[in-house]
Amino acid sequence: MRRHLRGALPAVLFALVLLGAWELYADSSGVDPLLLPAPHAMFSQLWDNAGLLWSNFTITAREVVLGLALALIVGFAVAVAIHLSPLLRRAAYPHAVGSQAVPIAIVAAPLCFWWGFGIFPKLLVIALICFFPIVVTTVDGLASADSDQLKLLRTLDASRLQAFRFAELPAAIPAALSGARIALAVGVIGTFIAETSTPTIGPYAGLGREITSDLTALQTSRAYAATAVLFVFAVACFYSLTLIEHRLAPWAYTHKGENP
Amino acid sequence: MAVSQTTPVAQQQGGTDSIGVQVEGVARSYRDRAGAHVPALEGVTLCVRAGETLAVVGPSGCGKTTLLELICGLQSPDTGTLACAPAALMPQRDLLLPWLSALDNAGLALRIAGCSRARARVRASSLFAEMGLQGFESARPDELSGGMRQRVAFLRTLLSGKPVLCLDEPFGALDAITRQELQSWLTGALLREPRTVVLVTHDVEEAIVLADRVLVLSPRPGRVIAEIEVDLPRPRRGTSPPAIALRERALCALAQGAEP
Repeated sequence: MRRHLRGALPAVLFALVLLGAWELYADSSGVDPLLLPAPHAMFSQLWDNAGLLWSNFTITAREVVLGLALALIVGFAVAVAIHLSPLLRRAAYPHAVGSQAVPIAIVAAPLCFWWGFGIFPKLLVIALICFFPIVVTTVDGLASADSDQLKLLRTLDASRLQAFRFAELPAAIPAALSGARIALAVGVIGTFIAETSTPTIGPYAGLGREITSDLTALQTSRAYAATAVLFVFAVACFYSLTLIEHRLAPWAYTHKGENP
Repeated sequence: MAVSQTTPVAQQQGGTDSIGVQVEGVARSYRDRAGAHVPALEGVTLCVRAGETLAVVGPSGCGKTTLLELICGLQSPDTGTLACAPAALMPQRDLLLPWLSALDNAGLALRIAGCSRARARVRASSLFAEMGLQGFESARPDELSGGMRQRVAFLRTLLSGKPVLCLDEPFGALDAITRQELQSWLTGALLREPRTVVLVTHDVEEAIVLADRVLVLSPRPGRVIAEIEVDLPRPRRGTSPPAIALRERALCALAQGAEP
């Protein structure tokens, strides 16, 4: 634990330097705090609105985690299907690429029409935004299995399915998890898009909604406070995923030294 | 597939019990990158009796690996016939699966044959001590030394349960001291677990130390140009006078074969 804390020290110091510079600029340049609030205003909003931010955070956090899980399941399944069937690869891969060009606003309305104002259409939006990096990295990972290893498995009379199970699937896990890390980075902003493009019923609609409504209500410093929460949450998710990677694919990290 | 082409030979010999491997006038070529046919083997005839260890020596690129892949059924000959009992390959690179423990790598063939993980472990671990691997059961391949990895790879080949073992330069990548150690280890292992062995090597001394008979192949396309009986008691030393005399004969044959 102490080692981890010491590892985080440079990042914390860097944050302090940036915040200091920002504070100096905001105080001395005369910039309108409605355009760019000073860090101290952001922190006092964090303190004053802790309850509100927390309630919104729990909603957003649930969306990020579930949306990413959905993206992982769908992305992994699509990658496996594409890997096992050349026909499917030719049929589906271009559409997976093209899906990334579809603006969410185009699909948000029918999704809400089908599934209402609950969490599910938002998860679909997040998954749509996140699944692509998982597909690409997993397809490459599955194809990266050592061809000599596959040959060896054939001499041991392994079936196609067994070759997949013993060689290709494990070889793809580190790549799939790299894809998940990219997906996570995209997924937090994807959640913002999901929240702001689909309506929600209820007192709290998540940090994304909070930010947009604060901005329109000229509560800029509170929007910054909500953004700070998103920022820290994204970092925490990223490092949790790194820990999961070490647990799931320990062989891939023995000689690579420190992770980011 | 090799067996099906050659059932007549196998029947003549009274089934595959009495012979391990019978190769008759086999030729095999491959296409190089430019698409030209390159003959790898030409008119190779050899026979390995059940329980015998045959070493095949020859210069690099003379088709030794192709010969083993033919015997293991990974390729089929262009002309000629092959009759072999089922053969397992121990490739040049150990090709241990990095995500499995040493024990699970050794028992891989059992898992493929349908054993449960627990049963495969029990059967593999009973041989671990015998093979000098006790204490390394749960080590991952990247935690093992080169010599240990080769032992595990050999055990994996052994546990495939096939009567013929094809060893493709099994100790080629090891340092001289470890190689010598593993040569005497393999001698002991084969005394305890007798099998029909085809050992491919470019190390004449290794061939003399390990084999009952040594075949010398010419440079590409490979043909058998000499056959040397090694009638020395085991365990053998490569430095004993009779071994040196045999080595001299093999080296002479290699040198003659190299002349155009």
